[in-house]
Amino acid sequence: MASVTPDVVQDALADNPAASRPYTNPYLAGIGLGLVLLASFVLMGRGLGASGAFNSGVAWLVSLAAPGYAGSNAFLSRYLEADTHPLKTWLVFEVGGVFAGALLSGLLAGRVARTVEKGPRVSNATRFAFAFAGGGLTAFGAALARGCTSGQALTGGALLNLGSWIFMLCVFGGGYAVAFLFRRQWR
Amino acid sequence: MSAPFYVQGLFGEESSLVLAVLIGIGFGFFLERAGFGSARKLVAQFYLTDLAVFKVMFTAIVTALIGVTCLSRIGWLDLSLVYLVPTFWAAQAVGGLLLGVGFVVGGYCPGTSVVSAATGRIDGLVFVLGLVAGTLAFALAFPALEGLYVAGDLGEKTLPEAFGVSWGSVVLAVVLLAVGGFAAASLVEKRMAAKTAPATD
Repeated sequence: MASVTPDVVQDALADNPAASRPYTNPYLAGIGLGLVLLASFVLMGRGLGASGAFNSGVAWLVSLAAPGYAGSNAFLSRYLEADTHPLKTWLVFEVGGVFAGALLSGLLAGRVARTVEKGPRVSNATRFAFAFAGGGLTAFGAALARGCTSGQALTGGALLNLGSWIFMLCVFGGGYAVAFLFRRQWR
Repeated sequence: MSAPFYVQGLFGEESSLVLAVLIGIGFGFFLERAGFGSARKLVAQFYLTDLAVFKVMFTAIVTALIGVTCLSRIGWLDLSLVYLVPTFWAAQAVGGLLLGVGFVVGGYCPGTSVVSAATGRIDGLVFVLGLVAGTLAFALAFPALEGLYVAGDLGEKTLPEAFGVSWGSVVLAVVLLAVGGFAAASLVEKRMAAKTAPATD
């Protein structure tokens, strides 16, 4: 995958501000995000999420490959209850919306580009290895914590949920603790 | 009838799934607007060069928190019907640490990686594949992890309940923390910009 496009082209794409508009002011974007979250509380009685959709997705995949095992696994079986399709859950549809909404915003701002987010000193292959490992770690952490940055930190943060605030402090703590070790990937 | 409307039976499951897509579109839209489809923008939070993650997150939390507080005070929203993830403090502390490390290693969290993949970032797509692998690994290891998964069980618990103080006082504390944090964040960003700027003399 390292040879998808030369690094030079990707760096030029990612760094080229002429093609894309600047990001929204963080406080304005935050208010928008907060109002979407509030709408979810009022309409649905639940907040936002992301990792839960992946739990459903993996439960569905395992149920196709090994239905007996999926049904006996105490974690997966919770996502395989009832006679509805495992992917017919609120969070799977919501994450589908996240994809569409992000694409819409990106297209409007000229920010959709096939590129790789990384610093100039690492190869694409290295970046992909770190991205895969990081994805694995965050999914593992989110499954253990019963939610990720969306379902716990953001949603539970706004509901003054004790466990969510503990989770949030630990996310920042874990990130700051190791940031120095991984700086080469970005600089 | 007060909100939340779905819990109160105002509409059914099919409609809730349509709303899920619409709410997700709003969520993804504002994440991308904030620049959260970019790993470099996100991890800058941990190198103190751009604290947009903190600013966006806490503005969103304060906005929604003030919203639910006001709506529940005037009786339009029954907060007891809004789903609260039960607290398992030990599991959530370990999970949070792992997610924080994964965030710095991979450049995203689960939601922002979807935004990243949607806007063409190949590393974002690879991160999403990592999410699938990590979730599968957790599920396979679950029998051995079940003890940790239920460690620190305190049930459904809010900060006001845990500290024995009023809801309003915690709201005030969070708002003050956010406002103070925003001022400190801007100060830190300026210092870091001055530090990393090339010498001009």
